[in-house]
Amino acid sequence: MPGQRQSQPLLALRGVSKRFSAVQALVDIELEIRAGEVVALVGDNAAGKSTLVKVISGVGPPDKGVIEWQGAPVQIRRPQDARLLGIATVYQDLAMCENLDVVANLFLGREIHRFGVLDEVEMERRTRELLHTLSIRIPDVRMPLAGLSGGQRQVVAIIRSFLGSPRLLLLDEPTASLGIQQTNQLLDLIEELRDQGLGVLLISHNMSDIKAVADRVAVLRLGRNNGLFDVNTTSQEQIISSITGAADHAVAHRPHPEEVWP
Amino acid sequence: MTNPLPTKARVAEYAGGVRRRVREGGLGPAPVLLALAVTWVVFQSLNDKFLSPRNLSVLSVDIVGTGMVAVGIVFVLLIGEIDLSVGSLAGLAGAVFAALHVNVGMTEWLAVVVAVVCGTAIGALHGFLFAKFGVPAFVVTLAGLLTWSGLMIYLLGPDSSISFSEDGLVASLTSRYYSAPGFTYGLAALCTAAYLLVSLRDRARRAGAGMPCRARSGIWVRTGLLAAVAFTTVAVLGHFEGLPLALLIFLGFIVASDLLLRRTPYGRQVLALGGGVEAARRAGVDVTRVRVSVFMIAGTLAAVGGLFVASRFTSASQVSGSGMLLINAVAAAVIGGTSLFGGRGSTWSALLGVLIIQSIASGMALLGVETAVQFMITGGVLITAVIFDSLARRTAASRVRT
Repeated sequence: MPGQRQSQPLLALRGVSKRFSAVQALVDIELEIRAGEVVALVGDNAAGKSTLVKVISGVGPPDKGVIEWQGAPVQIRRPQDARLLGIATVYQDLAMCENLDVVANLFLGREIHRFGVLDEVEMERRTRELLHTLSIRIPDVRMPLAGLSGGQRQVVAIIRSFLGSPRLLLLDEPTASLGIQQTNQLLDLIEELRDQGLGVLLISHNMSDIKAVADRVAVLRLGRNNGLFDVNTTSQEQIISSITGAADHAVAHRPHPEEVWP
Repeated sequence: MTNPLPTKARVAEYAGGVRRRVREGGLGPAPVLLALAVTWVVFQSLNDKFLSPRNLSVLSVDIVGTGMVAVGIVFVLLIGEIDLSVGSLAGLAGAVFAALHVNVGMTEWLAVVVAVVCGTAIGALHGFLFAKFGVPAFVVTLAGLLTWSGLMIYLLGPDSSISFSEDGLVASLTSRYYSAPGFTYGLAALCTAAYLLVSLRDRARRAGAGMPCRARSGIWVRTGLLAAVAFTTVAVLGHFEGLPLALLIFLGFIVASDLLLRRTPYGRQVLALGGGVEAARRAGVDVTRVRVSVFMIAGTLAAVGGLFVASRFTSASQVSGSGMLLINAVAAAVIGGTSLFGGRGSTWSALLGVLIIQSIASGMALLGVETAVQFMITGGVLITAVIFDSLARRTAASRVRT
């Protein structure tokens, strides 16, 4: 849908700041995500990436600044607010209940019930259907999450974000514990979702993943915007120097620890 | 869509799933049932009065007070917290009832309602202090233990005991028995039939949706076991005075609370809190509301349990609110298989645990063993249960493959 690219952004952050007691985690962040676009969010450790995700998903609301949804300012104070807008999140720490089974985790907070009684059959049916259409194998959907491997849990967390047909997907390091084949499958899926008109914010440390699916790259450094690049016209070196601070846009030069880009 | 499998394959898939879950998640109630069986066999071999209808009938009424309190404790343990105030809340409820009914002259049923509402309100207060101000539940309820014990002693007055009539509403809670065979056997048949119908309907729905389902023979075996337990209970208790009203109320509370926990969105939220508070919050669960409500349930059931204890003595006294009630209730929940670490357990564990504890107490009393030894043995059973719990948790954690 080429026409939609030009229209107003699905989500826009204007001057968003967030402080944790002594630490200024985010300062005057500006970010726009359009429908049908994948924006990669990159930055060194402690750049504020996960904090930004929590601001948008309602887990840690901002202290200052405006969040706009389709051009209108909105308040996202709780996770429920984000969900009602159509924002779904895969957190870096997954945030799932180890004691509940796969079906219960997928539907946690939006259980299907009839007359106040959980409809386990319907929830399990939809789970199996979803796994089937995404051609994902989970040995037993009634197994408590504690019995699944790290990769399988990550897959469950990702599928959970697809339930309820979101309009904006926030993925915080979604490929961290996935194998090569699963990673490629996820990247294909992200492209498919973008083509369906979803907005995607992808946090990743992996430059080749970003090159493969992202349209634009937003760089965070020490809690500030440090550049916005078009993936197709920017070299990897340019992005990396922006991440490490070799090309500072926002903050003054300061001694930088010798860190190796993974 | 899922490809339609032949029924046999679906049953096989279901059985495979059950086997896998048993391997990963422990043995369910099997060790507890085994422990109960061993307790009964040992005491019966030492004294053949132990499994007599008379002793079992007394046992089935004695478990109810502590058992009710233990059901409330299960809720609190499921969210990974503890409530130390339930013993004194139970005592306070008895004292409030007796003071209002005997001293003030309030109508009996109204005094009962006020006593139970007192429990609910105090539970809500504990939950509020814990959930809103972040005071550890351990400390809030420890302060509650002191405060409400004090209020109970104050209400009981200088005699530290208030007796009430032996044929009133509260007294009849533990003194009424149903012996008409038509009623008692009919009730057993009704429960068995209800279980069978629900199981078959569930199976039909799962099969209709093309999903793994339990084998029909499995359902019949389970129904048969339930029928055996139900009819044996009715027959044995029928040899003495009949089916006690207290036991029926207790079983009703257990079934209702079990359905609440396993079959409703609210119960799912309670379990989710035990599995990870932050995960539950991010999934949109209102953590404060669930926490407050859980402490309200614990307070309410403590008050109900307190009324059953008072009913047994037909008086409210300091005995009924003693620390032993708290210790036995927590021990019952844990011995029955509810995890101290949150997220795992069921209200049936309150029944099994309190049966074991009360059986030990009753057997020891029959043998004339002093209370001191009884405490030590119950303590040993409790520590064994906690070790099982910790081991189950460790195996679950070590199974995580990355």
